[in-house]
Amino acid sequence: MGNFAHSFRGETYRFADLKAVLACASARRSGDELAGLAAESDAQRVAARAVLADLPLKIFLEETLIPYESDEITRLIIDTHDAIAFKPISHLTVGALRDWLLSYEADSAALARLAPGLTPEMAAAVSKLMRNQDLIAVARKCVVVKKFRNTIGLPGRLSSRLQPNHPTDDLRGIAASTLDGLLYGTGDAVIGINPATDNVQNCISLLDMLDSLRQRYDIPTQTCVLTHVTNAIEVMNAGGAMDLVFQSIAGSEAANEGFGINLNILREAQEAALSLKRGTLGNDVMYFETGQGAALSAGAHFGIDQQTIETRAYAVARAFSPLLVNTVVGFIGPEYLYDGKQIIRAGLEDHFCAKLLGVPMGCDVCYTNHAEADQDDMDTLMTLLTAAGVSFVIAVPGADDVMLNYQSLAYHDILYLRSAFGARPAPEFETWLEKMDMYDHAGRMRLPGGNPVLKRLIAEHRDAA
Amino acid sequence: MPNEDPWSALRLATRARIGLGRAGDAMKIADVLDFQFAHAKARDAVHTKLNVAALQTALPGAIHVHSEVEGRDMYLRRPDLGRRLHPDCLPQLPPGDYDAVFIISDGLSATAIMQNAVPMVEAILARLPGFKIAPIIIATQARVALGDDIGEALGARLCAVLIGERPGLTVSDSLGIYLTYNPKRGTRDSARNCISNIHAHGGLSYNAAADMLAWLMREALRRQLTGVNLKEASGLLAPAEAQPAALA
Repeated sequence: MGNFAHSFRGETYRFADLKAVLACASARRSGDELAGLAAESDAQRVAARAVLADLPLKIFLEETLIPYESDEITRLIIDTHDAIAFKPISHLTVGALRDWLLSYEADSAALARLAPGLTPEMAAAVSKLMRNQDLIAVARKCVVVKKFRNTIGLPGRLSSRLQPNHPTDDLRGIAASTLDGLLYGTGDAVIGINPATDNVQNCISLLDMLDSLRQRYDIPTQTCVLTHVTNAIEVMNAGGAMDLVFQSIAGSEAANEGFGINLNILREAQEAALSLKRGTLGNDVMYFETGQGAALSAGAHFGIDQQTIETRAYAVARAFSPLLVNTVVGFIGPEYLYDGKQIIRAGLEDHFCAKLLGVPMGCDVCYTNHAEADQDDMDTLMTLLTAAGVSFVIAVPGADDVMLNYQSLAYHDILYLRSAFGARPAPEFETWLEKMDMYDHAGRMRLPGGNPVLKRLIAEHRDAA
Repeated sequence: MPNEDPWSALRLATRARIGLGRAGDAMKIADVLDFQFAHAKARDAVHTKLNVAALQTALPGAIHVHSEVEGRDMYLRRPDLGRRLHPDCLPQLPPGDYDAVFIISDGLSATAIMQNAVPMVEAILARLPGFKIAPIIIATQARVALGDDIGEALGARLCAVLIGERPGLTVSDSLGIYLTYNPKRGTRDSARNCISNIHAHGGLSYNAAADMLAWLMREALRRQLTGVNLKEASGLLAPAEAQPAALA
């Protein structure tokens, strides 16, 4: 296949193959440097982008990055590609696609029609030619709406996952963190626990507690314990109160093997969850997490840069019509995303690529203590993502997850984002907040201290504890 | 009870930052600064250098080696190099007939080592009469798997890596211990046993950790293995796996 080269002021830059062009065109990040795939200089990086801009989109249908025969994700991508949806842009280069995506012609309806005609590699390729503002401008035009007990992803809305983790899964401790989050009006995407002890019995107890709480206050949301999908199947067989099936996924069959899953197991779990018919408004029953670096850390990246192989995970997600997907962008560690700049760029890329492919992307805006990042970087990323129309973000008490030992957003941050952008929670959840008298006349969350209903909630929890 | 804080009872059930006040939408300044202080302590733990001289004073005869990493920046970017012993250090590790070697490693928290390593080593050595123990090794810019190169060079049957765990906001000086039978370069992490969360702020005590480690070491030598199979036999170590695998 083609000659991957570009000349600039008499100097010629050559690239071995399509993978090398994609890897060198990526914005600098530690994971690609760790893998030995990154551009060797800033000039080589721009040259790779110039080569990429001139490549025809069709090349991604002709040259698979991981062979069709040996990888079920490649087969999924190729076999489900919608040639009719692709037709209007089939003559374009990657660079021309970038310009078209930014054009006024590419409105929400046109982008929704295009989504099944795009492959993850096309989305990754075009994202590498886009500045942060381009990633925001196009993502905010992509509308992906999903439903279970409420409606996630409507324009002008920002949902949140309430994450009440506890280092020993103490039920009272989790209930206290959940109540705290509800008083900030968070939790419309899901109330979701990462269990400290990942076994079936513990998972059933946690689900039972969350389900009782939800029913007691008639909260129009869904609950989840983020256990492995094989545990989820056992929990459902045992009659556990499972709204959503969770699983971490990655962009190659081998990386998914590292997670102990494949497409068949995901299908089995989805069918089991659908048969429970717990959704009232819709049947989007899956919740996936992804993140750049997952494939490399499993030694299953096949020489593909971490951003490109990350987008292949969105093909997996797309096949199961999930309610929620989020990138765990700052969680995987500084050997993949070193600092605030890299985390921010990756968060915007992941959100853009997923939305372009029709996947309802949210984000765990977060960092670990060994990354060169702090709350200021998180303020920047959450603000940019809300401008980009992110489906949901994750929030924990005081931004401090005491189980996973990292920093996500605080419940407070959701209030800031709603105020700064006029963004509102899911409509059904908003109605519930009004019914519970938790909103004031200006549409702000009331302070618990001055409100008799909220005082009663806190007192009930205190007595229960 | 007009002035009672309704959250005080709930706070007994979790150390999560619940029931904070608000300044408009935002956190109050006292909570902002408390968070920043905790984050600063955690970052300092990551970036502080191990005081090797002080450790060698406390543990006479201890040998200092280092990985192929130069500097913290490279340590954080290149975990692969933190797993490899620098070739210049090999002559300091003559092989012998050793049941076990203890390797004190900075990992992601030198603070954890300076706080906990010496009393932890003393507690475990007191429980191992009759063991042939190699000289104590102090390893800098070290990941867990650096112990494989060290144990292999010494010919030790077991290596126990005492390493500073990734700091959290609540605790920035937590120690972990990884035990590996027949250490060799390329050993899989599933072939190790881990005791984590050893610290003085409500974590595992030195004596409790030393009891667990001594049991594991004897059983590992008897069964000639470490890892998943040994963990199931012990029934002790379920919580240790709750830590994210950030050290490996």
